[in-house]
Amino acid sequence: MRSQTRRRSSALALALATTLVVAGCSQKEAGDTGDDATGSTSAAADLSIVPAVQIDVTGAEVEAGEAMEPADPAGDGSATCAGVSIAMAGALTGPNAALGQNILYGAQVALEKHNEANAGCQVELKSFDTEGDPQKATQVAPQIVGDASVLGLLGPAFSGETNATGSIFNQAGLLTLTASATNPDLTSNGWGTFYRGLANDAIQGPAVAKYLVDTLGYEKVCVVADNSDYGIGLAEQINEGLGDAADSSCAAEVKTGDKDFAATVQIINGADADAVFYAGYYAEAAPFVQQLRDGGVEIPFVSADGVNDPQFVSQAGSAAEGAVLSCPCGPAPEEFAAEYEASAGQAPGVYSTEGYDLMTIMLLGIDSGVTDRAGLVEFVKSYEGSGLARSYKWDEVGELESALIWMYNVE
Amino acid sequence: MSETPVTSTPPAESSKKPGVADRPHGGVGDAMRLWWDALPRPTQWVVGFPLIIFIALLPILNLPVLTTVGTNFGAVMAQFGMYALIAIGLNVVVGQAGLLDLGYIGFYAVGAYTVAILTSPSSPWNQTGDEGWLSRDWAWLAALPVAVAITAISGLIIGSPTLRLRGDYLAIVTLGFGEIVRLLADNLDEVTGGGRGLSQVAYPRVGISEENTNGIFSAGASSGTLNSGVWWYWLSIVLILITLVFVGNLERSRVGRSWVAIREDEDAAEIMGVPTFRFKLWAFVIGASIGGMSGALYAGQVQFVNPTNFNVINSVLFLCAVVLGGQGNKLGVILGAFLIVYLPNFFLGRTELFGIPINGTEIAEFRYLFFGVALMVLMVFRPQGLIPVRQKLLTYGRELYVTARRTARKDAA
Amino acid sequence: MSGGLIHAMVVAEPLIGFDIAALARNFWALTVDGLTYGAVYALVAVGYTLVYGVLRLINFAHSEVFMIGMFGQYAVLMLLGFGPSGNAYDLGIAMTVVYLVIALVGGMAISGGVAVGLERVAYRPLRKRGAQPLVFLITAIGASFVLQEFVHFVLPRLTGDTLGGVNAQQPIRLVVPETQFTLFTANVTNVTIIIIVSALVLALATDMFINRTKFGRGIRAVAQDPVTATLMGVSRERIIVLTFLIGGLLAGAAALLYSLRVPNGIIYSGGFILGIKAFCAAVLGGIGNLRGALLGGLLLGVMENYGQVLFGTEWRDVVAFVLLILVLMVRPTGILGESLGRSRA
Repeated sequence: MRSQTRRRSSALALALATTLVVAGCSQKEAGDTGDDATGSTSAAADLSIVPAVQIDVTGAEVEAGEAMEPADPAGDGSATCAGVSIAMAGALTGPNAALGQNILYGAQVALEKHNEANAGCQVELKSFDTEGDPQKATQVAPQIVGDASVLGLLGPAFSGETNATGSIFNQAGLLTLTASATNPDLTSNGWGTFYRGLANDAIQGPAVAKYLVDTLGYEKVCVVADNSDYGIGLAEQINEGLGDAADSSCAAEVKTGDKDFAATVQIINGADADAVFYAGYYAEAAPFVQQLRDGGVEIPFVSADGVNDPQFVSQAGSAAEGAVLSCPCGPAPEEFAAEYEASAGQAPGVYSTEGYDLMTIMLLGIDSGVTDRAGLVEFVKSYEGSGLARSYKWDEVGELESALIWMYNVE
Repeated sequence: MSETPVTSTPPAESSKKPGVADRPHGGVGDAMRLWWDALPRPTQWVVGFPLIIFIALLPILNLPVLTTVGTNFGAVMAQFGMYALIAIGLNVVVGQAGLLDLGYIGFYAVGAYTVAILTSPSSPWNQTGDEGWLSRDWAWLAALPVAVAITAISGLIIGSPTLRLRGDYLAIVTLGFGEIVRLLADNLDEVTGGGRGLSQVAYPRVGISEENTNGIFSAGASSGTLNSGVWWYWLSIVLILITLVFVGNLERSRVGRSWVAIREDEDAAEIMGVPTFRFKLWAFVIGASIGGMSGALYAGQVQFVNPTNFNVINSVLFLCAVVLGGQGNKLGVILGAFLIVYLPNFFLGRTELFGIPINGTEIAEFRYLFFGVALMVLMVFRPQGLIPVRQKLLTYGRELYVTARRTARKDAA
Repeated sequence: MSGGLIHAMVVAEPLIGFDIAALARNFWALTVDGLTYGAVYALVAVGYTLVYGVLRLINFAHSEVFMIGMFGQYAVLMLLGFGPSGNAYDLGIAMTVVYLVIALVGGMAISGGVAVGLERVAYRPLRKRGAQPLVFLITAIGASFVLQEFVHFVLPRLTGDTLGGVNAQQPIRLVVPETQFTLFTANVTNVTIIIIVSALVLALATDMFINRTKFGRGIRAVAQDPVTATLMGVSRERIIVLTFLIGGLLAGAAALLYSLRVPNGIIYSGGFILGIKAFCAAVLGGIGNLRGALLGGLLLGVMENYGQVLFGTEWRDVVAFVLLILVLMVRPTGILGESLGRSRA
């Protein structure tokens, strides 16, 4: 009996090996950076996200503005203040933590510079974890408001939690400067303290859509969106901007957290489109673009700021090559990337530069002698200056006034 | 389940170690329980009422150590109120009728979405505007019974086909329904706002003052100890008490006895003339409507509803609250709900505990790891839950039960 | 029933819309693809079904055993000197096969070990105490929290951020899909062939093991009647360990196959939904029934793919659950019924 079992199991191993041999037959041409068969690491595709052009709201290319000196959080080093802090609220743990951490670490870089230069003004950055959960945010928000030393808030990170807590911060008169909540409705709630530190979807969407149609000349685009607040809003704006070029027969909706996009790839494969636009985040975009390429779909892959993250390139590998990514954010200067990496131990990601810029603005406010919450709101309301990502000036409802979009290529 | 339970201990072992149920009840908890059971009902109220008041005042009293640091205690207690209602509702289904429901969160979602769809300005069926039939000030209160009714109906719709299934099949089908509810909320953009959710949901506008221009239930009323979270907590306590009286009476009625019979042995119950399907459906519908009430509280307190949080993991957490506290025991499941809500918040933001300096936020990062370990350890050492239910003679047997137990204790001593 | 269904479809039409043309156009591609995915479901489903058959216990943590398997095979590949790279490795057929087999064995060993450890730590103490089924479920939930959070928070600290953490692992690609031949209108790739053939071999081997060997007879005996089986000299404890081991080994194999198909799927939260689907597949086929689990997995994979194209990709999970509910309404014990040892009412 026992020997019989053994014979069976060796037969199994043999069968398995045969299978793999059959499968392996196909593998001859796979991979373009051929390496020897010793199993050593082959050269990774040396890809990065490179800024290409800057476009305006009509999608036309514009000269990149004369590079203004970005605001320096260090100031002149003579600021004095005592016992003040700035709060940061967003998902720091849980499935959406990466985004919140990008913002937090960006802000920390600015803070370190500031505190180093200004011995007389040591500002504290207090982080509050909302897990991206609106109900959790309502439990955290009173703590932020109740901390008298907090003069301004960087966040909340997501639109949902902002919706749930906006009235708390508004009633407390606390500056709410979000680096990442893009839902256009947020500025129509009448909150006097809410300022958005990036272009909302209503600007980015049409600009990119026009760029795709008018400048790149695409006639048929498949718009794939995830089910996040951000993805839905962006897809809506893109579809509107694309007009007839948006092909509803190959449009698809995926869920955040999905890793398998076979059916979507299949639909796009049969559609004969000029490009795919993905509205969502890099965590899904990376497997999606990889499966598109694996599935033989070679049309351009276009996406926006949610995908504009080094993680996208590192996870999608060579499949990311040629992807076109928009962002209402400017390229992170190399020295920022280096400082960020030194501080956070990882490369800057989506909204890291926003975190840095918005923190800088609040720190400049504190340095200018602001000592209360109302003062900081006033300071931001009348602020005008440039940062790493763009120039900042807000209109009366709290949207950025100038909104130029950068187009990046992965190459 | 009608067949021999496979999980029962082999005879050889059980002779050495008596099973938990066979152990004589002799602890302090049992003494208290006996004392409490012996009290006449009015006296129970007299004793219980100050206790309820004390629990209600917890967020105001600001007790050291107990009060959460990183999150607002009032708002945490508001969430506890919602979870307590859920635990009571789910306890009817799981603890009393013995129906394993993994998709209970679906009813929570239906309740929350009913209120949101009726009162959110971003919903297509908003009834609070100029043409609506709900006044903005009282919209939440008016939507509450609607939410309860709609979830009861959804319980009926989901229950009538599925309750013919038994045991684990019921578990997976309810799980499926729970997910379907969430996915419908996510996919039917025109009605539910999809992933964007519905914002500015109505809440009771009372206690409007200069400081709180939108009333004490508005999220904006967040300053001080007596903030909106506390008011929501108190509102939920009122609803919990009403529900407890309602469920307690059901438990002692024919319905409750039928539930116990179904839980213990469905086939025997059927043979003895209990219309099992009807009473299972009753349990499902009552449980659902309580979940819907809790969902309505959620929509009002957070003032924003989106699909992400109505997921399987939270549904499973609800079940954990029930089993952890002691399924079948109403007070036990409330304690379970408290632990589920409170423990993840406990370490957050703490810098010291009993004088020992700790980095609470870092510990809090591992909270689900600890939570998982705690669940496993608790189930190994106290599988019947923290405050387990005791079988007792229902209806007429009260005095008899007390006398019998007293004698048993004397004998044991 | 069908009248109501048609009516519901008419009502739902403007809300969700159907695309029958797209389904017809892509039918064969979707079928082949669905079978690939279904094969992964099927292998994971076997773990659920065996444990259920023997212990009448939903091993809720099995999805995490699968997840650990994904990390296991990844770690094995890293130990072999592979690193995350943008491009696929070009190793030649023989070496690819060798490495895949090593990764497969590594992944299976780690998953199998975790499954057995899980049984030892989480379930055996409860069994000794004669706990009721719901308690097992809660413990399993606790165990899956522990396994997930271990990979999420502890593993990156132990490995210096090379494994685990918030983000998915950067893929190590040994095989890149290349079309081998066309079946009807579907392109069949090498990855598809590897997955389907390996899954078939593993499924057949498991089936033979259960039905033809002494140990398999032990499993069937315990599933049928644990007390009598013990009296007949079968060690129940050993059989239970064996059951968990087989489930874990197959989950580990499924993890490697899944990673070939979805190289970016290696993430701490990546097992949960797949596990639920696999459990659905097990129930669909008739839980406790080995062949039912295999059939259920394949069916679920294929139907999900059809449904996605017919109703829209966002309805994928709804299709799976509705299918499950409809089947259980008609056949309350699943398609093939429960029959690892006997049929149960």
